[in-house]
Amino acid sequence: MSDIDLRRRNFFKTSLGAAAVAIAPGILLFDIAHGKPQAVSGKVRWGMLIDTTQCREGCNDCVTACNKENGLSGGTSATDSQWIRKVEIKEISTGRKVSLPMMCQHCEKPPCVDVCPTGASFKRVDGIVLVDRHLCIGCRYCMMACPYKARSFVHEPVTGQNPDVPRGKGTVESCTLCVHRVDNGQQPACAESCPNKAILFGDLNDPESEISRKIRSVASVQVRADLGLNTGVRYQGL
Amino acid sequence: MSAHPPMYFKNRLYYMLLAAGGLVALAGMYAVHLMEDHGHVITGMNNQIVWGVPHVFAIFMIVAASGVLNVASIGSVFGKALYKARAPLASLLSLAMLAGGLMVLMLDLGRPDRIIVAATNTNLTSVFAWNVVLYSGMFALVVVYLWTMMERRMNPMTKPAGFAVFAWRFILTTGTGLIFAFLTARQAYGSALLPPMFIVLSFAWGLAVFHLTQTILYAWNDKALDPAIMQRKRNLLGVFVVGSLYMVAVYHLTNLYFAQQVGFVRFILVDGGIYPNLFWWGYVVIGNLVPLALIYWPGLGRTRCVFAASLLVVLGAFALLYVFIIGGQAYPLNIFPGHEATSSFGDGQIASYSPSIYEFMLGFGGLAIAFITTTVSARVLDFMPQDKPHVTD
Repeated sequence: MSDIDLRRRNFFKTSLGAAAVAIAPGILLFDIAHGKPQAVSGKVRWGMLIDTTQCREGCNDCVTACNKENGLSGGTSATDSQWIRKVEIKEISTGRKVSLPMMCQHCEKPPCVDVCPTGASFKRVDGIVLVDRHLCIGCRYCMMACPYKARSFVHEPVTGQNPDVPRGKGTVESCTLCVHRVDNGQQPACAESCPNKAILFGDLNDPESEISRKIRSVASVQVRADLGLNTGVRYQGL
Repeated sequence: MSAHPPMYFKNRLYYMLLAAGGLVALAGMYAVHLMEDHGHVITGMNNQIVWGVPHVFAIFMIVAASGVLNVASIGSVFGKALYKARAPLASLLSLAMLAGGLMVLMLDLGRPDRIIVAATNTNLTSVFAWNVVLYSGMFALVVVYLWTMMERRMNPMTKPAGFAVFAWRFILTTGTGLIFAFLTARQAYGSALLPPMFIVLSFAWGLAVFHLTQTILYAWNDKALDPAIMQRKRNLLGVFVVGSLYMVAVYHLTNLYFAQQVGFVRFILVDGGIYPNLFWWGYVVIGNLVPLALIYWPGLGRTRCVFAASLLVVLGAFALLYVFIIGGQAYPLNIFPGHEATSSFGDGQIASYSPSIYEFMLGFGGLAIAFITTTVSARVLDFMPQDKPHVTD
């Protein structure tokens, strides 16, 4: 075998080794992060139908489940993050009381995405509104713009994070619709935890999905529908 | 008697002022360091009042930085010699306040270390992203404008540069007003009146800052401002103050007319505790009525009165911005119209806010940066207005 051939063989070997060393951590981390090779489909629009008639006043199970799933402290001081909260409302004219969970409504036209200067607030093609933690500069303009007060600012260093739900001091966060669970074919934690099954999660674009069938058959509303944001979360019995 | 000449004391005073400004700026930096270290939990801001005292300082400086250029525009665009002589000083003040205001705004970010992200990732639908371009463009444009005025060979370019600055600052203040005008759901904001209101406010605030600086500059140089010039500029301030009061009145009147807004207007103007007090006493009385009296009352309107009036206009500006920015967030967001709401996240409740010392340190730090920039520049370069013997226009 000639000298040249040997050199070529060595070159290939070294290149292959270097490529393996370069790619391996990526593959490993991708695996750790539970990454999916296929992109999210725009044919799906994830949403929720919340039956307020089944939501009990004083029950906080969805909030507790959310806090546990996403590594939130569960504190309710003015500087604590609350991705989902129970709101008790009373109609002023009739005195009728309703209890309901309130979180990011995953709007089709989200004001938080419009105002974000860096594009950190974004909407996935499947309708989930998220914050890119690497792009958020912590200006809080999205919090000013959100009509539902769905967002929280991380005021303190965070500890005890769930590896699937990275958080960071100085950035804004909100309900992710448990995107890490949804991508694995699971339900959001709040929907799963509700003892009365008041939260129905599913694909609003699929006419055969349970949520679509229910929305066709029962009266449901979007909160502040007058704003024309076409929310992904609907309420029944409001 | 001291053996030192007067100049000696002036030099010492200059360095003392500079040191004082430096200390305040340093205190601001220390506050930023603490906020970086502990997070915004050490400020009074929270998840309901997301913008606080730093934003009051920053928006005052940015709005006044645009308004002070009015003096330059009347000179360069409308060719009035009296104002032309003051254009360099106005431009300097604009640069100084823009630098101070932007510094406060950036250092209040949750992640000021990521400021480069704001420069490299732009969301075109965001008025904040437009403002990144508008503010930095303004800075560059005013530097060029100043250059055309101070470099004799560039003098022929002053008029086009002045025109560019004139147009740019209108767009810039519109952009600042739009930050609030674009907020669809908040009762206090989301009004198309806000950009023009901010423009008229900028005229009054900018001119007030200009008057303050000019008076001090003349006193420092042992010069007296020509009473004829004083007369005209004080009248202009009066007109701007009346104009801004008119815009604020129309903003509240339109809100008062809409049934769904009455609760908010009541909160801001009648029963909101600190906010109506700040509005009526701080903004209307101290920031408008007293200055107008000082300007127009027969027998008043002399240099000292106009100086005092300008100072009060600035104080009134802070009062108005506090009510507008913080009061506007304190009133609960109406998520369920026709319903009373309660929750663990402040739904249906007036949000409470007590600013912390660190917010004031940061705000005053920004003012100190503007002060140092102005003081040093006015000392090393010639920003003293040079009036012609006869005012012809």
